[in-house]
Formats: sequence, structure tokens, C-alpha cells
Amino acid sequence: MAGMELLSDQGYRLDGRKATELRKVQARMGVFAQADGSAYLEQGNTKALAVVYGPHEMRGSRSRTLHDQAVINCQYSMATFSTAERKRRPHGDRKSTEMSLHLKQTFEAAVMTQLYPRSQIDIYVKILQSDGGNYSVCVNAATLAVIDAGIPMRDYVCACTVGFVDETPLADLCYAEEGGGVSSLALALLPRGGQIALLQMDARLHQDHLERLIEAAMTACKGVGKVLDEVVRQHLQEVSVLTSD
Amino acid sequence: MLKSKTFVKKTRSGRVMKIVREHYLRDDIWCGSEACDECKQESTVLQQEACIESNLCSYPHYLIPDTNVVLHQIDVLGDPVIRNVIILQTVLQEVRHRSAPVYKRLKDIMHEKEKHFYTFTNEHHRETFIEREPGESANDRNDRAIRVAARWYSQHLKTPKSSTDGLKVVLLTNDQGNKQKAEDSGLLVYKCEEYIKSLIANPDLMDRLALSSDDKNEITSSKVLFPEHLPLSRIQTGIKSGSFLQGTFRASRDNYLEATVFVQGEGEDSTEVLIQGLQDLNRAVHQDVVAVQLLPRNQWVAPSSVVLQDEGTAKDDDIEEEEEEKVLRISAHEAARKPTGKVVGIIKRNWRPFCGMLNVSQIKESTRHLFTPADRRIPRIRIETRQASTLAGQRIMVAIDGWPKDSRYPNGHFVRSLGSAGEKDTEEEVLLLEHDVPHQAFSQAVLSFLPKMPWAITPEDMVRREDLRHLTVCSVDPPGCTDIDDALHCRDLENGNLEVGVHIADVSHFIRPGNALDKEAASRGTTVYLCGKRIDMVPELLSSNLCSLRSNVERLTFSCIWEMNHKAEILKTRFTKSVINSKASLTYAEAQMRIDDATKNDSITKSLRGLNKLAKILKRQRIEKGALTLSSMEVRFHMDSETHDPIDLQTKELMETNSMVEEFMLLANISVAQKIYDEFAECALLRKHPPPPPSNYDILLKAAKSKDVEIHTDSAKALADSLDVARVDGFPYFNTLLRILATRCMMQAVYFCSGMDSDFHHYGLASPIYTHFTSPIRRYADIIVHRLLAAAIGADSTYPDLMDKHKQSALCINLNYRHKMAQYAQRASVSFHTQLFFKNRGIVNEEGFVLFVRKNAIIVLIPKFGLEGTVFFDTKDKTAPNLVFDEEGPTLNVEQHTFHIFDKVKVTISLDDSNIQHQKIRMALIDPVIPGVSVPAPDIEPQAKKPKLD
Repeated sequence: MAGMELLSDQGYRLDGRKATELRKVQARMGVFAQADGSAYLEQGNTKALAVVYGPHEMRGSRSRTLHDQAVINCQYSMATFSTAERKRRPHGDRKSTEMSLHLKQTFEAAVMTQLYPRSQIDIYVKILQSDGGNYSVCVNAATLAVIDAGIPMRDYVCACTVGFVDETPLADLCYAEEGGGVSSLALALLPRGGQIALLQMDARLHQDHLERLIEAAMTACKGVGKVLDEVVRQHLQEVSVLTSD
Repeated sequence: MLKSKTFVKKTRSGRVMKIVREHYLRDDIWCGSEACDECKQESTVLQQEACIESNLCSYPHYLIPDTNVVLHQIDVLGDPVIRNVIILQTVLQEVRHRSAPVYKRLKDIMHEKEKHFYTFTNEHHRETFIEREPGESANDRNDRAIRVAARWYSQHLKTPKSSTDGLKVVLLTNDQGNKQKAEDSGLLVYKCEEYIKSLIANPDLMDRLALSSDDKNEITSSKVLFPEHLPLSRIQTGIKSGSFLQGTFRASRDNYLEATVFVQGEGEDSTEVLIQGLQDLNRAVHQDVVAVQLLPRNQWVAPSSVVLQDEGTAKDDDIEEEEEEKVLRISAHEAARKPTGKVVGIIKRNWRPFCGMLNVSQIKESTRHLFTPADRRIPRIRIETRQASTLAGQRIMVAIDGWPKDSRYPNGHFVRSLGSAGEKDTEEEVLLLEHDVPHQAFSQAVLSFLPKMPWAITPEDMVRREDLRHLTVCSVDPPGCTDIDDALHCRDLENGNLEVGVHIADVSHFIRPGNALDKEAASRGTTVYLCGKRIDMVPELLSSNLCSLRSNVERLTFSCIWEMNHKAEILKTRFTKSVINSKASLTYAEAQMRIDDATKNDSITKSLRGLNKLAKILKRQRIEKGALTLSSMEVRFHMDSETHDPIDLQTKELMETNSMVEEFMLLANISVAQKIYDEFAECALLRKHPPPPPSNYDILLKAAKSKDVEIHTDSAKALADSLDVARVDGFPYFNTLLRILATRCMMQAVYFCSGMDSDFHHYGLASPIYTHFTSPIRRYADIIVHRLLAAAIGADSTYPDLMDKHKQSALCINLNYRHKMAQYAQRASVSFHTQLFFKNRGIVNEEGFVLFVRKNAIIVLIPKFGLEGTVFFDTKDKTAPNLVFDEEGPTLNVEQHTFHIFDKVKVTISLDDSNIQHQKIRMALIDPVIPGVSVPAPDIEPQAKKPKLD
């Protein structure tokens, strides 16, 4: 019969959230000892692992070296077991390449790269389980990993997807909602200054709605920012307790 | 406040897939009751004094119906008496899955404030969510969820304050097992019937109760009449493997034992499967979506040409029908056989309430009666009512509840009465209801968006508008027309060329996108013209005043202006919003007189002459390109001014000026279509007319051949040309008849969204692209086209829905549906008035032509009245004459006489009101005289019978 009702008359979504509510976010920093920085982040059922190496000397072709700032190198991949049907190729397909590029752009805007000329920062992100909003979960996880590595940033980068259904913006779409014919938009924000690091949308949307949608996305990003901030503080507290012993 | 809960679901979509979804449980979902002070809700829906007077429950209570009660008893729930009902989310979702119409009605009910229906989102409530247990079926789980929610409510309402009120919840279910379990867990639970019966002072609600499954058994004998329907899962695997076909069931109008199933194939190819006989029809009702299984090729049959009506009175046995079926099965020629199948299951019922009349049972005390729907394609329905004596002779509405396999007729229940049959108002109401024409008065919300009177053009209106008030613009319309939406002008330019303008009322200036007025107009889709009555699409203030381009007032318009040379070639096209001041509103006849009157030389007349000259050239060009001129009989009634009964009727005649206006409207439509398509290739609203499949022409070819005339149907042009030369000496009417037949072969023209289709061709007009622009007052499609055009020329801004091709195409579907229904309603209205006319006229003898030949009847067209009627040769009470039907001719041999298509016959026309529901025009043959078949010409005394009106 008819498709799923993404937003009921009572204002509840498929999974029982209201339009502006985010999924439950849980995160841990410093999950690996050998990397310079790492973080694990769950946003609902989407789970991602981010690892940061650097800043270090340029590796590989030295021609890419920039004399006034660091080069950010991103790689995005999805675990073969991350989707309902087993994935054939974990990385290197067009979608992953595009995603890597988006991540790179996002972090170039946020990391203070001018502090590390002629060096390189590697950010590796892996989706362990995918349930919508892959890009934003990656950004959020990578932010924590970069902070864990002690690399200075202008601000947290918080990302969130929003969709537009029945004249209402829905925050933080899950997989079922993304597939339900919603035009969705991904936004990465530096919440304190309200600067947009990346805005990405490839659906059709009338111009009149764009402003509302961006506004909703920004509110959602700020919500994510609060959670990330809490995680960082919690982590610092734990670490300082350990070191003070 | 959020609790996350992950659960695993397995769904089957081709193969087994594991789906993991989050499911958040909340503690901020409130109970919605006024009596509750625990919940922090902002507004309450359920009243504290929830009193429905009942024998069973003397205390205030809320009702919780389960899914089946909602699905089957929606008519009862919709009654104003039933208030304070809690609809659980579980129930709502199940209803949504099972039946779209019921879901829509339920939602409508929930939106009514005074009904106090509250939706409780129990699936996301922390205390009412339950998980499916191992071994538990989905249905059982849902039943349990309903019980758990009911228990939660009864406990929740017991707490502090409300305990004094003794507010309780009552669970309504028809399922014995569910009821038992609910009782065991200490809930108040009743069967729906029990509860409704207990309501004091509302005995009439009983009639609306749908018959539940227990009752069905006692009604009918234990004899099983129909094969079992297959379960949905079997049907789906069958469709996938190709052993079954899915399609829409269309019952035949003429023969109740025959139907076709329209199977939509991939792409263009769609097939029709023929179904014959009660067994094979297997309880499918018109418009249901069914699964059919094809019969082996040797059992295929041809569609019978017999006209057969289910006319027996209240007969419940099927002895006679078997005979009728035998008649049907007479094998036809090999070639005429069509794929034949049988219905194996119903995928989706498409039942709606039907209008019709009650056949009161012969047994006086009986409460069970048969109901005959007005639509012949719907089977008769058995209903139970105690008010049979009052309802007899009234038009009523009845809804179907179910059709058990051991019952000859479906079971249903009474919904409401429309008034006594035969009265004009009632009949018109029936007509509108049957054709699903929205005809209520406009709501206050809609009217609030009308401009305030007195209205005048303001300077803001003039921004981006051209002032064309100085032009000599005039309108030409049929007499009595109050919604004038087009006006024309033509003037000489200095460079020797001509400037021609078509000015269309700027309705989109008044109807802004998205408001209630716009939504109402979009849902109505079109103005419906009945005889002597008009059902407006937009409120009268707009349709007959502000948007009507009356003479000597300033009106806002949307203009399409061409520069043409004297050979009617377009040199320049320009679109603009404008203001005009029409100098004259003429009728076709008046305009014609001005053109013909050589002494007149004023500017209006000159303008008209210029237009007329160009129109002739345009028409010639169009016909050269292969546009068809078809013919259909249109009649106009002369109404009595007081009684509004028809006094006289005449076929509409066409004048040169008709075609003059038409020609420029076509031109404007084509120009606009091109413009909006260029600008918005994805979302232009266009109109196309697909070419008919060659088989549609069979009847036309055969008919023409019988008169030794050759018709070519390879292309529109070939058809048009061969129609032009088709003439038979001494039979001047032949050409018109041929054109009438050709019209019947055509497909319906439809609206579509350019982004969703690739074939834009308009077959009838021989134009590669076409749309509707010229009648925004009476067609919603034109309003959309106006908006698109306005956006294209920068006179207005776009809005989201306009640019969304999926929404557009959904709109197109509605518009096409409304247009089709409006046409049918119009025809039905004409035929009703024809009946009224002949009722007053008495018996009339008239000459006519045979239009079609059927197996047991001929269909006769009376040109004088534009009336079509059937002359039957086998009547039930008489012995049938010797009939021989020849498919090839087609001809029909009655005794010694052979009827061909186009034969001239003489018939007597009278009104047959033996069946008040289907009053019909009866025709009987006078000439040629066939003994035993034809009737002697009755004496006509119309003068005496005709009421003196003048």
C-alpha cells in the first residue's frame, strides 16, 4: 500500500521522535592508543570510528606540500558489514571518494592548518554500521578524534542532516526517512560563530523552503555541538584524574 | 526523556532482509483527557463529562474501538452521537494499511472538533509499548497492544481526582477471543452491536451497523455459491510468477454477468481480460483491484452483445441465472474471442457508499431488503433496516460491508436518505453524488480569501501590468453566459500587419497558491454544467463578477498578443498581464449579425471581421495539417422560467462565430503551451490526446463499408480527409452519423505534467503541443497554466508545489478524474431532462437512424432530439422473435427483416417509469413493420397533454 507515513498528525516520526529531536548520541574519545587521536561515535544506529594521525611530515608525493599550511588527507570507508546487504567494496567507489572529498573540505575550514606548514594531517573514518546520516556522523566522530589528537581547531565542527516533509523540517534523518523520498540536506557548522563549513544537498527543493531548512539544520547542529562538548569535557575529566594519580 | 529501544524486523521484499530500526519510547505522551491533572498537556480533546446515554454504561466513559470495529463500523463512528473516542496508534496504522478510504474518513472524523476523537500514540509510550513475543502473530500482538493501552487508560484515569467521576474506558471489539482475554484482565469490553443497541434514544444507529460475520451465516443458506478468494500472500506470489494478473475490475454497464479487468502492463501495453459468469466474477465489485487467472485458450469467449439486466425482484435463488449464463456462453467466432479469465482474489476493495433505492421485501415483517444501486455496474446489496416503509420510494445511500461466499448479494448497511425519488432536487443530488462532484456550498474559510467589495483596481495591481483599456476588446459567448473568461481584439498596425489579442480573465490574481480557496478549486477541478444549473469551481463573486469580462467595466486579464500578417502567419508572440475594458459582450448570433451586416462599420464590427477572416485561414491551415472535425449531438433545453422544467429541446447549432472564437482559443493555448514548456520543461502542465489503437476503428470501418464507403485510419489526416469525402447520395445525414461514430472511437484527452511523459501530441487537433489556458474561471488546469506563464514572463513568482513534478502529476490525475466525472454528470443530467421532457410530452413518433446493432437490440439515434435509445427485440414476457446476429456486418436479422447500421427507422418514444429508479426512454419500432415485433403507431395527442405554459 501507500508508503510509510514519515510524520504523523500527532507530530511523531517513524521511530517516535518529534520533528526537531535528534537521535541518541553516544561517543568515546581515545579509543586507540597507537594513533595520535581517535574517537568512536554512535548516532542512533549509525556508528562510526575516526582515527587521526599527524600533524607529521609529508608522505608520498612531496609535490602536494603547501608552504603556508598543512595538507589534510581524508579517507572515508564503510565496513562491509555496515549495511543490511553485505557491501562488496569497502572504499574507493565513487560515493566514498566524494564523501572523502567533502570531509576534507569540512576540516580544511575548521582545522587551523596555517599552524603546521609543510605537514600533513590524516583523518580516517570508517562507518561500522549505517542507518542514515553517514556524512554527519563521520564529521562528528572526526571532530572528536582531531580534538583527541590535540590539533587546534577554530571550533567544533558539528554536522547534521535535515529533511523536508509536509512543510516541516525533520532533524537527523534515519535510513528509513532518507529512503522515503525526502529531499535532505547535510550541513556542517562551526556553532559558536555560526559559520557554515559545508552545505550539501542534491535533492530538489524550492528556494522558498531553503532558509527554513538551513535554520533547522543549524539548530540541530548546535544540539550536536552541545553533546560533543559534554563528551570532550567528560573525557578530559577522566584523563586528568588518571594523570593526577 | 528519550528511551531507545532497538528491535529487529524481518520483511520480505523479494528476499529476506533484516531491518533494524530504532524505536524510541517516550514519557511525554499525554492521555488527552480533561479529567486528568497528571499529564502536562497543553490542550485536551476528551471531555470530562463524556456521556453517551447507554443502558450498559451509565457512567461517563471513553470508547476504544479495535481495528476491525473501525474498519467495518466507520459509518457508526462518524455519527455525531458517538463522541469521546480514543483511537490508538496501533489501530490507526492497521487501518491505514488495510483500507485507504476508511483511513481518510477516520482522519476527517478526527479533525472534527466536536467529535472529541483523540489519537493516543501508544506504540511510543513507555508504558503501553509491547514487544512481539515468540510465536505470536502480528495480529495477536496488535490485539494485545490494544488491550494493554486500554488497561493503561483505565488505571490512569482512576488516579487522584478523576476517581470521583468514575470515568471509565470501554473497549469495543467484535472478536470473541479478544473480548474474552480483555474480560479476563478486568477490562470493560463490549461487542460493537451490544454497545450500539444499548444506546438510548438512538435506534436509527442500528441500521447503520455493518453486519458482522456472525450474522451473515443466519441470513443465507449454507450453500456455497462462490469459490474462496485466495489469501494475499498467494496472490502476490502468483502475480510475481506470472500465473495471475493484477488489474482494475470494470463491470459492464449492459450486462451484469460480464466484466473486464484492465491489466496495466509495462510501458504502453495493457491488456483487457474478459470475465463472464457469476462464478468467475467471484464477488468482485466495479473498481476493485483484483487478481485474475487466465482460462485455458479453448475456454476463451467473445464479449456477448446481449444487453442483460439483473431485473428479478427479490429472488434469492439462482435457477434463472443459470439459464441466462447459458445464453451468454454461446460460442462466438474464433477471431472474436478475447483473453478470458476468472477472479481468484481481491487485492483491494474500492467500495464507497452507493446511491440507489430500496426494493422492499414482499414479506411485510422482514427487516432484510435488497437495495438496487443507481449505477448498473454495482450489484444489488442486501441491507437490514426497520424503516423500510419510510425508505421505500426514497433515494438512499448504502455502504457495502462484505460479501460472504455463500451469499448471492453483498451485505451492506443504510447510510442516509437523500429525499424522495423522481423529484428534481433529489435526482440532481444523486447525480452529483454518483459522479463524485463536490457540490456543497463554499465554506467560510474559502470565502474569507475573496477580495473585499467594493473592489477596484489599485495602483499596486498596475505594477507589471499593461494598460490595454483603450483597445476595442469584445467578448463573444453563448447566450446567457455569466462567466465570460475570454475576450478578443484585432486592429491594424502601421506596418500593415494585424495585431490580434486574446484576453483571458486573470483568475490567478485572485486565487493565490496554497490558501483554502485555491485548495478548494483544485479539488473541484472544474465547473460542472448541468441543465439549468451550474456547480461553480470558484465562488460566484469571482466567477460571475470580478473575473467575468463583462462589457464596460475594467477587468484584470492575462493577454496573449500576436502580430500577424494577412496570411495569418504569426510574426511575433507576446504575453502580458493587462487591464482591459471590454466594449461589448456579444452572443454568437449577435456577432454573426454584425459581421454580415454590411452597413455596420464601427470599430467593434471591423475588429470582428478581421478576426473572422484570420480565423478562416487558421482553420483551413489546421485542417490541412490533419485536425479532425468530429461531431456529437449536443442539445439545449428551453426551460420554463418558473418550474424549471424543460419545455422544448433543440440541438445546438454552430455558427461561423463559434469557430472564430474557438480558432483563437486554440491558437492561444498552443502558443502558451510552447512558452511554458520552453521555460519549464520539467513541470509544464500540458494536455495530450493519444491516438486511438487501430482496433477502436473497427466499428467505424464496418459501418462505412456497409455503405460502400472507404475510411482510412492510418493517420489523423487520412481519417479527416476520408471523412470529408464520405457521402452517400440521398442520405445527407450520413456524414454526420459517420462523424458521430468516429467520435466514439477516440481516446480521452488528458492533462499531464511534461516532466513525467514524453509523448505530447494532440491527435484530434493535430498539434505537437497543447494546453488549456483560456478558461481559468471554470477549469483549474488553466489556473496552473496561468501561474506557470506568469512565472515565465516574470510577472509573478513561483512557489514550491508549482515546480514539483510529482505534485503536479498528482494534480493532473485529480483534474482528469474530475473532468471525466463532470462529463458523465452532464450527460446524465441531459438524459434526466430528456426524460422529464418526454414525460410532459407523452408519446412521440419520430424518425431515427440505427447507430449500432447488438445481438438482441438496435441502438437508434433520433437526430431531432440528439437522443439515443435502445430497441429491444426480446422481452421477457413475449416469445422472442427469430434473431440472427452477424458479427461481420454487423447486421441483425429479425424474422424477415435485416437491420444494418445507418438504416432509417421510425420509432415511438415514451417514458418507461415502471422502475422509478431507472426511468428510461423506451423506444418501440413502428417502421419497418415486422409482425410480432413492431407496434402500431399510436395516436399522438401532444397538444392536449402538453401543459399550457405559455
